[in-house]
Amino acid sequence: MRLVGLLSSYKLRLERKKRRVRALRKSRELNGVVNRTADLRADDILLFCTLRNERVRLPFFMEYYRNLGVGHFLFVDNGSDDGSREYLAEQSDASVWGTTASYKSAHFGMDWLNWLLSKYGHDRWTLVVDVDEFFVYPFCDTRPLAALTDWLDSSKVRSFAAMLVDIYPKKSVNETEYHEGQNPMEVAEYFDAGNYMISRNKKYGNLWIQGGPRARAFFPNAPERAPALNKIPLVKWSRRNIYVSSTHTLLPRGLNMTFSETGGEMASGCLMHAKFLNSFEAKAEEESKRKQHFADSFEYKAYKKGMRQNPSLWCKWSEKYINWRQLEILGLMSKGNWI
Amino acid sequence: MAVGFIILAHEHLDRVAQVAGYWAQRRSPVVIHVDARADDEDYRELQDGLARFDNIRFVERRACEWGRFSIVSATLDAATLLLSNSDDISHVFLASGSCLPLRPLEEMNAYLDKHAGTDFIESVTTQEVTWTVGGLDLERFTLRFPFSWKRRRRIFDGYVKLQRRLGISRAIPEGVRPHLGSQWWCLTRETLEAILTDPDREVYDSYFSTVWIPDEAYFQTLVRKHSTMIESRSLTLSRFDFQGKPHVFYEDHLQLLQRSDCFVARKIWPRANLLYREFLGGDLKKLARIEPNPRKLDKIFAKAIDKRLNGRDGLQMQSRFPKAHLWNLPRTCASYSVFEGFSDLFSNFETWLEKRTGTRVHGHLFNKRTVKFAGNATIYNGCLANSAKLRDYNPEKFLASLIWNTQGEHQSFQFGPADRQDISGFASGDPNASFFVITGAWAVPLFHSKLNFQRVRRVAARYQSIEARHVNWLRQHEVRAHVNIWSLAEFVETPMPILQTILDGVDPTASRKLTEVPKMADLTGFGQFVQKLKNEGMNPHSVGDFPLGRQSDQPVSPAKPYAVR
Repeated sequence: MRLVGLLSSYKLRLERKKRRVRALRKSRELNGVVNRTADLRADDILLFCTLRNERVRLPFFMEYYRNLGVGHFLFVDNGSDDGSREYLAEQSDASVWGTTASYKSAHFGMDWLNWLLSKYGHDRWTLVVDVDEFFVYPFCDTRPLAALTDWLDSSKVRSFAAMLVDIYPKKSVNETEYHEGQNPMEVAEYFDAGNYMISRNKKYGNLWIQGGPRARAFFPNAPERAPALNKIPLVKWSRRNIYVSSTHTLLPRGLNMTFSETGGEMASGCLMHAKFLNSFEAKAEEESKRKQHFADSFEYKAYKKGMRQNPSLWCKWSEKYINWRQLEILGLMSKGNWI
Repeated sequence: MAVGFIILAHEHLDRVAQVAGYWAQRRSPVVIHVDARADDEDYRELQDGLARFDNIRFVERRACEWGRFSIVSATLDAATLLLSNSDDISHVFLASGSCLPLRPLEEMNAYLDKHAGTDFIESVTTQEVTWTVGGLDLERFTLRFPFSWKRRRRIFDGYVKLQRRLGISRAIPEGVRPHLGSQWWCLTRETLEAILTDPDREVYDSYFSTVWIPDEAYFQTLVRKHSTMIESRSLTLSRFDFQGKPHVFYEDHLQLLQRSDCFVARKIWPRANLLYREFLGGDLKKLARIEPNPRKLDKIFAKAIDKRLNGRDGLQMQSRFPKAHLWNLPRTCASYSVFEGFSDLFSNFETWLEKRTGTRVHGHLFNKRTVKFAGNATIYNGCLANSAKLRDYNPEKFLASLIWNTQGEHQSFQFGPADRQDISGFASGDPNASFFVITGAWAVPLFHSKLNFQRVRRVAARYQSIEARHVNWLRQHEVRAHVNIWSLAEFVETPMPILQTILDGVDPTASRKLTEVPKMADLTGFGQFVQKLKNEGMNPHSVGDFPLGRQSDQPVSPAKPYAVR
């Protein structure tokens, strides 16, 4: 038993090293657009993000995270042609890298981010999110992100879980208009409160959560293919760390232990996932053709089909989003022992 | 008379300057000790910033490490300096760099005047202490701790083990009874002077220098020797969480802190600007002479610790995932009932139960084709879908989610051998589950069915073996659910008391008289049916002992046989 344990630890160690080398190799695909990392202060919290053609969403996205107290944004722009890159390059608290290389063969962008993380994130708190993900944590309406990271530091916690909560509008998705600068959580304000499935991944030790509106609407007959909702977006980064698949899984394995196994609740948050806005249909159309997403964009194909059949995810049990306390009461996140 | 302050600081010296300045401006002398490991530049800034106050002094900086004597030494230095320079103070208040006064200084002075001669220091014997780190209480005093717990944990632990094994127990100095308590105290001038000038001080200092966490023991112990009046509580509002680190206060705690009526609180998050602004702003509300009341806050602390250690029952989520073998934990958040065989025996059982108990009654939730929610809903509370595939992907979580999503309303559902059986193990180990089982009742619809008998016989055999496996779960040793099992024969013999048991069991708080009974299927000829199965070589033992001729003697027909009592 012990030997098997050692062997699997060793294998994971090799995997971690391989991925670090790979990230280094893939970093050659990145071209610096603007690099303002020389301005970084020692206690800045950094946000890392890969994107493609998200110009309309960017202003609110940046405003949201600036308000939480993110100190600097590091973007990888994967071949946008809608002005995203130019917009980001103008932001005084952002650094931008560009690439037109394949998103898929860069482990869905993770190789690029792993490299940027190891280069700029070492010994800092880092947040890795997509442009449609909005981080919600206990007391986020009254305390800046630094209050959380200070508390995590003093609690000797290095990683913080925040599961994806898909939010959707009451109207059908393609009828919902989103305008630049709008808060997506006010446009798509509903979510599923209690239909999540959860199990433990033996190899990496992390939890695997699926469910929500995507599972019930698009994957009722293939639940195993429903997208993973577990994420660990906030990490006190170290050069040794590596994201294995998206922000679902980390190595070393200890970083995935964001949960208590003895009945207690550790603190956790949510990523409000505003994927389902009017741009979604076009995106699903494009991405299912590009085949740059996981499992040959099976997910996007399913969305495309699902959207044609039933363009609304809303049902009478859909919960209207209010604030983090509501998510806490519903048991989707927890403040643990943070008071 | 006034109170003087000692501040022990090691970081965020800008905040220290604010608080020290606040006290000094109100004519209380302050002595500051800054950890030698703090940034020198920051220290100079602090000194410069406070230079205009002639009643603020600095003591020589020592390198302080948590849990070691250096902190006590710094405190002793500061106390000596404070007392020798300020003749007019009656009390000395020990504060940290992350403390914040919550009430006007005049109120604190008035309070201390009223309690002249009283030492406010938490000081309890080692037997009473429940909050020690590392499980060391009396051993803090009888073992030696020359190694740092923070930096050299393994040597620390190893040395403790070694001393235990060797049976080493050093003598506690004479005339001293070990006491422990919060590091933050407020002592009278007399008591503090007596401690500082004790002829045996050298002995004590050398003894305490290898006691573990002496800052929670030195003054707490020696005060027992010198004080004439001890009030064993701290005037500083400070609480530790389950890891033994102090709770931190943020801007959103403003009202709680105001309502606590405590004089000083720690720790304050250094970036909680609002708190510093409000409490140091100079126009604190006068609260008259109210006693400090940290109890309101204590409730919040207790809740937080409970959430971290025990969590919410039946919740399985991203940061709470109890190991499967933790048998003593409830697996769901509220009680629920599982009915087996009842809807086979009674045509209107579900409506009857819902009507009689006012609770939610589902059909066969684990039906193989689709989830049969109450009212045939396609989607249910919390957006649970009726897709059998989604349910079967994680049936245990499906059930736990249903119970979680419908809190406040008792859930019941039907279950039988034709259903997916996956949850048997999960639910039988759940103290929130109540099972009401009529074994063999599946034979009733078979008896009424028009299928050919060979088919009926095969189905019966299959159902019986599936049911037997399920019932095994309910009868095993570790079962934690409430289980009631009757064979069909037993049940039809005395249905009334059993139905009454069920009404009581579903909702024990309401006593409901059995005034209306569900409609039982016609069992005329059922005895022969059972016999026929036997004749075909199957033993329908789960049905129970159903006499062949019973129907003719005592017809169990829906009309009268079991009357309302």
